[in-house]
Amino acid sequence: MSAPLSPQMRFDGFVVGAANRLAAAAARAVAESPGTGYNPLFIYARPGLGKTHLLMAIGHAAQAINPALVVEYVTLDDFVEAFHTAVGAGQGDTYRRRFVEADVLLLDDVQFVTHRRETQAELLRLVDQMQAGGRQIVLTSDRPPADIEAFDERLLRRVAGGLVVDIAAPDYETRVAILRRKAEERQVVFKAGVLDTVATLALDSVRELVGALNRLVAFQSVGNAMLDAEQARLVLGVRATASDVPPAPATTAAIPAPEAPADEFGEFLSEVAETLTRQVEGWRRRVEEAMARWEGQGYRTARLAGLLDRGVDGDPAGALASFVADIERLQALQAEAAALSDDLASNAVFRDPDAVVAAEEFLARAVEGASPPPPPEGIWVFDDLVESEGNRVALRSARETAERPGAAYNPFVIVGGAGVGKTHLLHAVGNLLVASHGSVVACLNAQDFSEELIEALERDRVGAWRARYRRVQALLLDDVQLLAGHERTQEELYLLFNHLVEQGAQLAFTASAEPGEIEGLAARLASRLAGGLVVHLPPPEREVRQAVIERLLGARYDRVDPELAGYLAGRPAESVRAVQAFVQRVEAAADARHAEPDVALAREVLEGAAPRAPRPAAGVRTSGVGASGFRSPEKAVWEWPDIGERLIEEWR
Amino acid sequence: MSLVNFTTREITCKIVYYGPGRSGKTTNLQYIYGRVPEGRRGRMVSLATQSDRTLFFDFLPIDLGSISGFTTRFQLYTVPGQVYYNATRKLVLQGADGVVFVGDSQARRYDDNVESLQNLQENLLAQGVDIRQLPVVFQYNKQDLPRDLILSPDELDDALNFRGVRSFGADCLHGHGVFETLKGISELVLQRLAAGSSAA
Repeated sequence: MSAPLSPQMRFDGFVVGAANRLAAAAARAVAESPGTGYNPLFIYARPGLGKTHLLMAIGHAAQAINPALVVEYVTLDDFVEAFHTAVGAGQGDTYRRRFVEADVLLLDDVQFVTHRRETQAELLRLVDQMQAGGRQIVLTSDRPPADIEAFDERLLRRVAGGLVVDIAAPDYETRVAILRRKAEERQVVFKAGVLDTVATLALDSVRELVGALNRLVAFQSVGNAMLDAEQARLVLGVRATASDVPPAPATTAAIPAPEAPADEFGEFLSEVAETLTRQVEGWRRRVEEAMARWEGQGYRTARLAGLLDRGVDGDPAGALASFVADIERLQALQAEAAALSDDLASNAVFRDPDAVVAAEEFLARAVEGASPPPPPEGIWVFDDLVESEGNRVALRSARETAERPGAAYNPFVIVGGAGVGKTHLLHAVGNLLVASHGSVVACLNAQDFSEELIEALERDRVGAWRARYRRVQALLLDDVQLLAGHERTQEELYLLFNHLVEQGAQLAFTASAEPGEIEGLAARLASRLAGGLVVHLPPPEREVRQAVIERLLGARYDRVDPELAGYLAGRPAESVRAVQAFVQRVEAAADARHAEPDVALAREVLEGAAPRAPRPAAGVRTSGVGASGFRSPEKAVWEWPDIGERLIEEWR
Repeated sequence: MSLVNFTTREITCKIVYYGPGRSGKTTNLQYIYGRVPEGRRGRMVSLATQSDRTLFFDFLPIDLGSISGFTTRFQLYTVPGQVYYNATRKLVLQGADGVVFVGDSQARRYDDNVESLQNLQENLLAQGVDIRQLPVVFQYNKQDLPRDLILSPDELDDALNFRGVRSFGADCLHGHGVFETLKGISELVLQRLAAGSSAA
């Protein structure tokens, strides 16, 4: 059941001092505009320092500003108990809705959530729903979220995503202010110095402080005269030393009692003790502040907690500085990891300053995993590409892309049929990028890309796999159509694409068809590909074929028979690969005969005709037919059966 | 010397009373000695000449008990004021956490004050300590003497205390200003605790 807000617990009655200023400011901000700023707000403090007061003050203030707001205050124990009851009565949803629909949910003492998995799951859901609905949730605990035993990691992240503030024990001045206000509330007047005496006691919670005040009020009310400071000390002294109070941080009462307060040495001792306590507490507070700060940012602070518990072997400032240095080192490592992959950067190893070495090793392993991606094949270079009318645009834009990576055309997409030289052009771009910019270039087939991902998934090393590609300056992916239906690879490619474009890296692809026409390619990926420059690589034209043939023959024979080259180039071919294939056939036949290939042999091999004396008309014929208006004259002629050709010859 | 030992949780402050001969350094310590309860003070070691001039140094350890979990001790030293004991002064100055410069308020001792202050600066510098970095307070002793014989604290401040550190008028024979001075220097010394390692 949610409890009513205590009318006394308002901001008005909350004395703000150095120890609680941040918490009070955050609480006010939340009360003034719930759900917009710090959500969730997590306040932690040792018992009796005003968590509940602040929590209820938020409720009061929020309702005062907007009376229509629904404010629910509940302690975790009550929350759990009532929820169990509601579930038992079959009204779990109703109960749940009630909290989700609150505009401000104030949940006290969440440290009791320890080892309650169901409650944590419920709380997680609640926090998520309230955040999503722009509703405020404020949690309090007696310890920082990271110290709540078995606290759900997801819940911890949610809490860290809001604001985590602590309330430290009030300093002397705040204690005096609190006592004065309490005395005023009770309309009791004390002699000068009495409240100051109470304020110096070793009471480390406001509750105990008020308890001491109550004791004085009681003593004073039964006596005839007002208590003076000395009497007050007597009334409280026994209790303060006899009580099992831990050594108070911000008090001077741990001072050895001066033997004779009036004497000079006693006064000196008090002053020295006060100064010393202030100084010692200074670093203690700095350590506590550092703990709150780093815990709020999700770092483990066990080492600092150790400083407070056990003291330090060395000076605390040095220990603190070394802790901060370790965190900075972790942050640097994390940044390095983030450059490789977000997955890697979110690893918990980057959150533990006591495990810097482990973090370094982790990163080293990750970097190792991010071995250089496959580079372009060195044999495919621009110089071997022959420019023709049909491929001029593709070749020149490819060269420009390589010369101005990330700036000219990004992505650069080469479309064409099988064997027309897309892969060659892609690798040539890659090689030029490496040669002229020294770029780290990943150049590989889409199928291999997909296989690598699958392997990474099997080994649970997707982070490293991503890292491997995220650091490239150019990603060149061949045959992107092979990714059709590979949903996960497409998703990864999509993310990689965006990342690389953002980094100014160059992307290039080859595809068998326009991106939009590739079936099974996600629209978001297709549209990104189409958003760059899409060039078409046509089947090789005659001059391309001629150049390829001459190069192939030249690589094998001392002299290239121009007639043979001309003849071969005259044969139609849909791809360079086809040209290579028939050149190889001719070469093989020549090898079998231990002779150099000539036109006759070629003709025999390729046309199946008996070798015969070369005819002067051979070279002319195609052009003759071409002149007659055939769109593809060579194809039209050469596909005729031999018999037909002979008939024509005879007819001629 | 380490001011704070966090391992053994001990704080030890070495405070040196410095100044010209016969300015009242030993008198300061004697007064303090007389006021510290027996259980808290160690034996005051005083190596004096036959005419009661400090020959080597005075040493007064004071145990302040446990403060904030630290066993706290003050060690008060004086140096011999006479010019020719400079080696001893240097020795005593080593590792000082704070210095009380005890000046003689008598107008005729003005030059001795200046000379001693310069000597303090030199000796500190020889140990690589910048006087500006060390807690120092001034005490102008013998303010009980007739007005026409002495300079007022303000006048002495003008003459000696050009950095404007805390200064105290005193009459050590009767104890006026002795503990005020000790409190003043203690506060400065202890405040350096906040600086952590720099104080160590």
